[in-house]
Amino acid sequence: MTDWLLRQVRPLGGDVVDIRIVGGVIAEIGPSLPEGDCSVYEGGSSLVALPGLVDLHTHLREPGREDAETVETGTRAAALGGYTAVHAMANTTPVADVAGVVEQVWRLGRDAGWCDVAPVGAVTVGLGGEHLAELGAMAESIARVRVFSDDGKCVSDPVLMRRALEYVKAFDGVIAQHAQDPRLTEGAQMNEGVVSARLGLAGWPAVAEEAIIARDCLLAAHVGSRLHVCHLSTAGSVEIIRAAKAKGWDVTAEVTPHHLVLTEDLAATYDPTYKVNPPLRTAADVEALRDALADGTIDVVATDHAPHPVEDKETDWTAAAFGMTGLETALGIVAETMVATGRLDWAGVADRMSIAAARIGRLADHGRPIAVGEPANLTLIDPDAAWTVDRAQLASRSTNTPYAGRSLPARVVATFLRGRPTVLDGKPA
Amino acid sequence: MKRHLLSATDLDRESATLVLDTAEEMARLGERSIKKLPTLRGRTVVNLFYEDSTRTRTSFELAAKRLSADVINFSAKGSSVSKGESLKDTALTLEAMGADAVVCRHSGSGAPHRLAQWVKGSVVNAGDGTHEHPTQALLDAFTMRRRLGRIEGLRVTIVGDILHSRVARSNVLLLDILGAHPTVVAPPTLLPVGIEAWPTEVSYDIDAVLPKSDVVMMLRVQNERMTASYFPNVREYSRRYGLDARRVAALPDDAIVMHPGPMNRGVEIAAEVADSARSTIVEQVANGVSVRMAVLYLLLGGSEPAIGSPAAGSTEGERP
Ligand SMILES: [Zn+2]
Repeated sequence: MTDWLLRQVRPLGGDVVDIRIVGGVIAEIGPSLPEGDCSVYEGGSSLVALPGLVDLHTHLREPGREDAETVETGTRAAALGGYTAVHAMANTTPVADVAGVVEQVWRLGRDAGWCDVAPVGAVTVGLGGEHLAELGAMAESIARVRVFSDDGKCVSDPVLMRRALEYVKAFDGVIAQHAQDPRLTEGAQMNEGVVSARLGLAGWPAVAEEAIIARDCLLAAHVGSRLHVCHLSTAGSVEIIRAAKAKGWDVTAEVTPHHLVLTEDLAATYDPTYKVNPPLRTAADVEALRDALADGTIDVVATDHAPHPVEDKETDWTAAAFGMTGLETALGIVAETMVATGRLDWAGVADRMSIAAARIGRLADHGRPIAVGEPANLTLIDPDAAWTVDRAQLASRSTNTPYAGRSLPARVVATFLRGRPTVLDGKPA
Repeated sequence: MKRHLLSATDLDRESATLVLDTAEEMARLGERSIKKLPTLRGRTVVNLFYEDSTRTRTSFELAAKRLSADVINFSAKGSSVSKGESLKDTALTLEAMGADAVVCRHSGSGAPHRLAQWVKGSVVNAGDGTHEHPTQALLDAFTMRRRLGRIEGLRVTIVGDILHSRVARSNVLLLDILGAHPTVVAPPTLLPVGIEAWPTEVSYDIDAVLPKSDVVMMLRVQNERMTASYFPNVREYSRRYGLDARRVAALPDDAIVMHPGPMNRGVEIAAEVADSARSTIVEQVANGVSVRMAVLYLLLGGSEPAIGSPAAGSTEGERP
């Protein structure tokens, strides 16, 4: 295994140092280290080194929708986006609701080698919302599942949600809830409000998200369990999470990059590129989400990378699929919305995009300090290299990015997974 | 005129008035024995209907034929579009056929907008989901102007399922553009969240509004709204929001009663009201053809007057 010397990088945006990686572990950190037998990567004194990014919410689509994405293509996109670990959502075909499927996904990830794949297990059989899946078997499998979610569907039955929250305590699991009251959102197409009224698109009201989050926080507190709320999208949801945390309840929350930057007005194009679940909300919601991410009310940025083949988007809005890709643009959007605005420094980005996500997902080797003896899962970012998103240049098998043509202020230049480069000079290594 | 007519807001006061004036000329033509104009000879108009609507399709077809256009009816049933062909593929097919105009009816809001991104010809929205139906609003405005002599300043009350109505959306927008004063009346369940941004008054009380209405437009209410608990039952809806003879008596003397059809007699409108002298329901159908001729003419034919050249109405002297 090649050893590496990373010349002149700035851990968490701090002072310039060299980092030596030996045997996949950080062996030495200091100014002007001797080259020794290492391959050298020249940082050029401006690169920021972060712990490898961790995504709590990725749709890799395999098995079942390999036309949209595979573990191979999705994890390569993840590496290019600076990720060293992704949590693969369970809504595949077949659903990841038994040990066999999560082990298959875990193996595909290991064989692809671009980043670690932590499969998410379904909460209920077939995402059906009726019977608990074999959560214990998935936890004990080689995939060591700790995050369980019916994402795409909400565990709306309060009794079932209570049972799931309680049951996973035995193996330190967490239920990641896609908070969407199904009855309040039948046929829903976009945020309900002034814009939906004008466009004649069925509304997805904020209360459908907030009511489930409030209920789940109360349930988690009642049974003393750990709850994670997926993709918060409204100012009201932020208030509920803030109140739950103030009471000391064990609740965490994520926000997607797109909910930090895009608003519902984009639906006026009727271009389903902007159709996503939960929907894009108002500018006031975006502000509340940025504030909450900055003050820690929201713990992590998670991509909800949701690839779809062209034909599922090149149609009319109501017939099109929900979802946007995000792995390769997440860091750039966070740099634009949080770093450039002074709301987070790079240490804050490390926390929201790596450390907190690894903690919630219980990934021991990720989100670690950049320190001697730690696994060398690292991401190098050029904070001043603006780039323009080009659909044709993205690695995901699907092209449903909402950012085509947009300039982003920072880019990932290198990613190291346990000391092995998966990305160098912004290209797959 | 813009290239497409997707929303009433594609029109401003000037272009909307031009459509109505042109429709007036077209209506006069309709009174002649030879009803055809050569204006659009050699041009192709495609009726792309993903939803069954014999009334609207026939109206557009007649309008296009009276302008001598070639008309292709591309109905979703039994064609490739019902077998999963994407909207984009259909658009490219129409493009290859050389469609100069595509008249699109679709159950999805915004589908004609998408189509307009993919075809070179003009797209006319013939009703999309719960969004808009701009030619219906134009024919309604045309009907009002013919009956009452003006549109500006008219107090127009629209009653019924505003939430799901493309007719209501387009009418409110167009009436505002033309200087009328719309009011929508419905049970609160059938008004969209966000209606405060519409250029209209809102009321829950039909009886309070009728004495101040020059026009009352009744919308069809569907049974499925009852099963989804938008209101308790048809009887209560009819009692609280239906237009019967007693309520008509509260209208000013020369007020008119409109309905875009098809009607539920005895639900939103009593039979005797629908058949009364105030009712414009039959004229609306005839006016629909004139207005759609005007729209197709203005989108495809250009800026010269539709009628008035010596050769108009004959088979010679067509425009290039
Ligand atoms: Zn989700």
